[in-house]
This record gives sequence, structure tokens and C-alpha cells, in this order.
Amino acid sequence: MSVIKLKPVLMLTVLTAVFIAQTSNAKEAFPSTYKAIPSADILIQNATILTGTGARLADTDILLKDGKIVAIGQNLSAEKATKIDANGRWITPGLIDVHSHLGVYASPGLTAHSDGNEMIAPSTPNVWAEHAIWPQDPGFSRALAGGVTSMQILPGSANLFGGRGVTVKNVYANSYQAMKFPDAPHGLKMACGENPKRVYGSNKQAPMTRMGNVAGYRQNWAQAQEYMQSLDEYSALIEKGGDEADKAKRPKRDLKLETLVGVLRGEIKVHMHCYRADEMLTILDLAKEFDYKISTFHHGVEAYKIADELAEAGVCGALWADWWGFKAEAYDGVQENIAMLDRPEGSCAILHSDSSEGIQRLNQEAAKAMSRGNRVGMKIAPERAIQWLTSNPAKSLGIEDQTGTLVIGKMADVVIWNQNPFSVYAHAEQVFIDGALVYDRDNPALQPVSDFELGQLLGEKK
Amino acid sequence: MRNFLISLIFLTLLGASAMLQAQDLLIKNARIHTLSSAGILETSDLLIRNGKLSKIGKQLQAGNNTQTIDAKGRNVTPGLFGGLSTIGLNEISLEDSTVDQSLDFKQMRPEFNVKYAYNPASSLIAINRIEGILYAVLKPSITGSIFEGQGAAVVLDGRSFPQGANASFISLGSAGKGDSGGSRAAQYMLLEQAFSEVTSGGDQNGPFRLLTQAGRLALKSRNNPYVFNVNRAADILRALDFIKANSLNGVISGAAEAWMVAAQLKAAGVPVIIDPLANLPGSFDSLGSRLENATILNAAGVAVIFSTGGAHNIRKIRQAAGNAVANGMPYAAAMAAITAVPAQVFSYAGGKLEVGAVANLVIWDGDPLEVTSAADAVIIKGVSTSMVSRQSLLRDRYLAPKGNMPRAYQKP
Repeated sequence: MSVIKLKPVLMLTVLTAVFIAQTSNAKEAFPSTYKAIPSADILIQNATILTGTGARLADTDILLKDGKIVAIGQNLSAEKATKIDANGRWITPGLIDVHSHLGVYASPGLTAHSDGNEMIAPSTPNVWAEHAIWPQDPGFSRALAGGVTSMQILPGSANLFGGRGVTVKNVYANSYQAMKFPDAPHGLKMACGENPKRVYGSNKQAPMTRMGNVAGYRQNWAQAQEYMQSLDEYSALIEKGGDEADKAKRPKRDLKLETLVGVLRGEIKVHMHCYRADEMLTILDLAKEFDYKISTFHHGVEAYKIADELAEAGVCGALWADWWGFKAEAYDGVQENIAMLDRPEGSCAILHSDSSEGIQRLNQEAAKAMSRGNRVGMKIAPERAIQWLTSNPAKSLGIEDQTGTLVIGKMADVVIWNQNPFSVYAHAEQVFIDGALVYDRDNPALQPVSDFELGQLLGEKK
Repeated sequence: MRNFLISLIFLTLLGASAMLQAQDLLIKNARIHTLSSAGILETSDLLIRNGKLSKIGKQLQAGNNTQTIDAKGRNVTPGLFGGLSTIGLNEISLEDSTVDQSLDFKQMRPEFNVKYAYNPASSLIAINRIEGILYAVLKPSITGSIFEGQGAAVVLDGRSFPQGANASFISLGSAGKGDSGGSRAAQYMLLEQAFSEVTSGGDQNGPFRLLTQAGRLALKSRNNPYVFNVNRAADILRALDFIKANSLNGVISGAAEAWMVAAQLKAAGVPVIIDPLANLPGSFDSLGSRLENATILNAAGVAVIFSTGGAHNIRKIRQAAGNAVANGMPYAAAMAAITAVPAQVFSYAGGKLEVGAVANLVIWDGDPLEVTSAADAVIIKGVSTSMVSRQSLLRDRYLAPKGNMPRAYQKP
């Protein structure tokens, strides 16, 4: 959330792997090695359940087995399952933050931990945030205590094309590969507005203006289109039984353009840092010109001005509840932004953090946004507002078939709250990822401690 | 002539505000957070006369010229404290032309006082006031100096200028290292020298003199607050030693590891200013940062004040206080940390609802520390203030249905 932290977006897809295999004969790079933690069957009983699909179920049970949700209903029975009485408590899907810099701007904020912005040129779609994630960031444990089970970790927003983002499960591991969300697409972080033009313009480099920003996007997309065409022509040649001479015509690998072609083929999702309404509309036209899709505008402090247009375009908005004013493009913030974005049919409103503090309290931030909407006459119920933290971010990241809702067959990413989560007094009591209990507020043995924090301040009672 | 006209306008405005205050205000059936020994009064009334609380009790009677508000059981608190802030000192953080809280002299100029830059008409003030934030303490900073300058408390009524005692700010630990030659040890070398210059005048002609005459004057009063920003437990103890040795009215801010030295803070009678949301080891000075900081300090008897810093979003202080309660701090103590305690430490009128106190208060639509609540009415010196801000107008412009004319013609 800091003013200085600029963020571009990167995204990875399964499809990327397919694409790379097709175009360069490369294997999937840095594949996920994530494995669910083994778990017993869990039957959580008598809870109020917000499903993430828009429903609220009273006095309902949910059964978790082999890492999946296998049953939801009243009076479920499962003899072998461990039973948890959740009477008076609330259950939601695990929360998902589409905009985190955990691991790439880790705590403590050492010079050595500043790994989120490759500020050497305005176009660096070849860099991947995952290659900079420090898996020992203490921030992961704090986010887990706030009920966050998945997040997208993005590069910063210094560059027009900042690089690829990665979606991870919120589990401690010795590698990001072991956190990497299975089969999640990559993101591409892009940035509008002040950051790129400030970072480069202040060095008398392009872009120095918003004109330069757009020229920079267009030039890169034009190159990506040409590159894609040369790849396609080559594939056609080989498919027709090309000879050795034809094979020698294989286009040279270009890691920057590979990422952009991934977007053009719909395999990598664009996450674009953009505050102002007019700039978001410019970008929607840009996407039409080059025939690609924007997944999500991030920050979108002026999204409320163009809620209808964003819903019409099918683009999500990942916003803050009340953060504003730190720069000119954030000057028109209103606390009703999320509620107003959420209003039109077909909208996709998301509450994001972009902050190691905010990610711990996504429920509180959503509560603020919900109540601000209700204060101006909207009728936003908790079962709707929870979608800003679960199903909508899942959709934004392309993982909605696996998680983000409490639906039979989905990953058992589940949070038990001590009360209605839309409150400052709510605590995530127990957090399950793929059916495994990975956080328990009442059991220190089930509260992870990163290597970094182990043994600090020995002798002090914590 | 021009001065005369300005005086005339000023007197007219003064007259108008005096007229507004002439009417008594009776708030009935309120749940009153007195922040005094009376605690919370259920279903009680407040009578306001001449901008002050003249009576508090059950079933008070309205006079002939009394405006009445039925609170219908709603919570009423003193106006809240928004923390150490740069509100009124900057409009857009990244736009230097709007920013006045920072001095880039690279000199030790503790006499730099940001109150002279305060703009009561800043849009940030109404935006935060309508959320119940009525006070802040202005916080300066100086590049290249562990002395950050001075500030003072201000009432966010959109008219007043900062009043009351000048508070001095001193930045120690890793945050001040760049200003002390790279070592935190040198910070005490500099502090000792600066305060000895205040008492003895220092070496009149020496090349290493730190302070100007104005700087020595600025540090002369030991009764005004001296806010030491420091996080590491060991550094807090050093600061306490310095405060004691120099008989300063010391305050510790930052204080991430204060819970580890709560007993020493209590023994020294030094208040702390903390962010109750801080729980990450942001630096090697704050490895002990934890959510229970406020709870432990309060239990030890230390006076606690909350601050989340910044300017634009100081309305977040309620959420911060609510989180302190969610992590074990008694409700009354968390409320005091954003009302009575800062009023006492920074010597401004407010922070309690008791007879004789200034009638700066807020009526809430729910629990004031709950994130789903909001202020229904903000009353300053007994007068209900406008609940309109630049943000509420932007919201209303775009909430309205689209018409044929551009939104620029919709002026709600």
C-alpha cells in the first residue's frame, strides 16, 4: 500500500506450459510441486455458512475428506470424521488476495528483501515474481491468521509491463514451487499512470508522460502480435511435414514476447494497476485494439465512476475499502467504491490488500466497504460481500473451478470464524487448506513460525 | 483599509458563530462514554450551553431556547483523536507542492514548527471529521536531523489553527541512524550536546555547535511533550534514562517492543503511542512487534495512545482501537487511547464528557470501535457540523442516475 511500492502484474497458467511446449519445445518451467498436507476427515457441524456463491446457510454441516469438500447439509453423519462443533460460529471459503507482495517485499524490509520491481526498463514481462519470493517471509503466517488461504504475488508497478505474477497456497515451504497453486494461470502485471512515468521520466527516459505509457504498451503488443504470427507460421510449416530447412526457421525464443503472446492466446491473465477512470477506459480500448482480455484492474480508486462500463466489459476491479490521496491519481477515492462497483449486473468486485497489514484483515476491510454501501441505501448482505474475498478473486485468478466457493468437489479451503466475520471483533479460529488444519488460534502448535522468526528475542516471553 | 475589512469580516464571522452557539443543545437518551470515573452512562442526557457540557444526567429538561436531539440509545463519545498526523500539512503525499511537513535543510533545527503550515481548509479535514475524528497532533520531520521539529494539537473543525503546547519530536533507533552518522550510539552524543547547549549555551564559537539560538529556545521548556520515536526494547530503556536525566516530559512513540519493558515504562510514568495493528518485524528494531502490545502495556498501568500515522486515512484509528479490544485490551482503555489519554498528554481541551468540558462530541450509529459503524452527527462546541465532504459529494454525484448532461453538472 505504500506510495513507493510500485507494482506490475504477472500471471502463470497451465496453458502457458502448453504454449511454451508448442512454441519452443520447452518443458513447463518451474512447475508446482505443491502437495496437500495429509488430513483426517473433518465434519464441521451447526455453523452459519457463507458459501461464496451468494448463499447463507443456517445450522449447516460441512464434511471435508481427502482435501475436498464432499458434503454440505444439515445433520450430516460421518462416523470416522473428526467432529468440530461450530455452533454460533461462521464458516467461509478460505480468503483469496489477488494483490500481495509477500515474499517479494518481505518483512523485515531489508535492502536485501527489495525484490519486487525490476526498474531497469519500462517493459520487463520476462521477469517472474516467483523467482524473487522469499518463502520465509513472516507475513505469510500473519495472513494465515487472517484466514487467507491463497494469494497472487505480483511484481510492483514501476514498469508498463512488470512481469509475471504467481498464485500460491498460503503454506510454508522451502520453495515457492511447493506453494504454487496447482494449475493456476500466470498473471501479467501491467501499470497505468504515474508510477512508470515517474520512475523513467525522472531519468529522462520513456515513458515520461501518459502519452508515453500508451505508446509503450502499443509498441510491445504490436511486436507480440508479429511474434505470435511468426510462431504460428512456423507451427503450420512443421505440421505440414516441414523438412530440416523449415525446422531451422524456428523463431528465436524471446522471453519478453513469450509472456505477451501468452496473454494474446488467453493463457496469461492481465492484472493492471490503474487508478483513474479515464485511464481504465483507455486500456479497455487498447485491449480491443490488440485483441486480448483484461482480467482485473487493480486499485481502481475511480472505479465507481465507470462501474457500468467495467461490468459490461467483464473486467474485475480489485480495490481498497478506504485508502486514498497518496498521489494525484488516488485523489478521488470514496469509501463506497467497492459497493458501487458491485452494483451493476455482471460486476466483479474484489477487495485486495497490496499490504502486509491489510491482508491480515480482509474481512474487516470488506465489512467497511459493505457497511458504506448499506449506509447509502444498498442492501449488501454478508453472503454477497464475502464474494469480494472468495469467488470473485478466484475468478480473477482463473482458479474458480478449484477454490473460492464452498461447493462439493472443490478444494477444502475453509475458515471457521468465531462470529460473523464482518466485524472488528471477528477472529479466524481455524483455517483449513486442502482439508488440512494449518492454523488454530487456540493451539500454538498449529501456528506456523517462519525460519526467520525462530529463536529471535530468546528469553522474552511471547 | 484592507486590514480593516478583514477585521470586519472576521468579527462578523465571529458574531455568526457566537449566535450559533447561543442556542442550548440537549442530547437525550444517549449511551454516554464519559471517559471519566463515571464510565459509561446508559440512557442519559447531555445539556450543552455556550459550547460546554453544563449538565449530564437522567431526564434533563429542555429550556425554551433548546434544540433537542433524541439519541435513541445511540453511543456518544468525545471527538476522537486521529493520532500523530500530517493532516492539514499535505493534500497529496507525492506532490511536493502540497507537502509541508518535511524540512530538507539537513540541519538540526528543532525550532522548525509545522503548525505555521497548517491549512484548516484542506479537503482531508472534513473527510476525516465526518468520521468522528476531531483532533490530531501535527507531526514534522527533518531530513538529516534526529530532532524532527515541533508540532501541536489541532481541532479539526476546519477553522481553528493549532493551539496548545508545542510538542518536540525526536527520532531514534534505526529510523534515525541516517541522521546520526550511521550509529544509534551517536544519537545520545548528539542529544546530550544539544540539551547541554540549551542549558549552558554551549561552545559559543566552536565549530561543532548544533543549535541556533531559536533552537535552544525551542527546547527550553521541559514541560512540553518530547516524543521519542523508538521501537527496540533496549532503545526504549536508553530513551527512558535520557528522559529522566533531563527531567523531560517524555513520550515514547513507535514502541513496537514496549510490551517487553512495560514495567520500566510504568515506573517512569512515560506514556506510549503505538499502532495496535503493528505485528510484523518490519525491521530489526521491531522483531518483538505483536498485537498484544496495547493489552500488555495497559495491564501494566502504562498510559497508551493509539496512532496509525499518515493524514488521509486517520479515520482508520477506530478500527485500530477495535483491534486492540479484539486482542485483549479492555474496551474502556482502548476508547481512552483515542480520547482522554491523548488530550491529557498533548494538553488539548477535549477527550472527556464531563460537566465543564468542551462539547466536541460524536453520535454514532453503533459501537464506535466497530468497522461497520459510522458517525451520525459530529458536534463541535455544541453545534452540529455539516456531514458533507469532498468524498461524500463525489459519491453522491456518481450514485445519482446518469442524465443527459455530463456529471460535471450534478452538484449534489
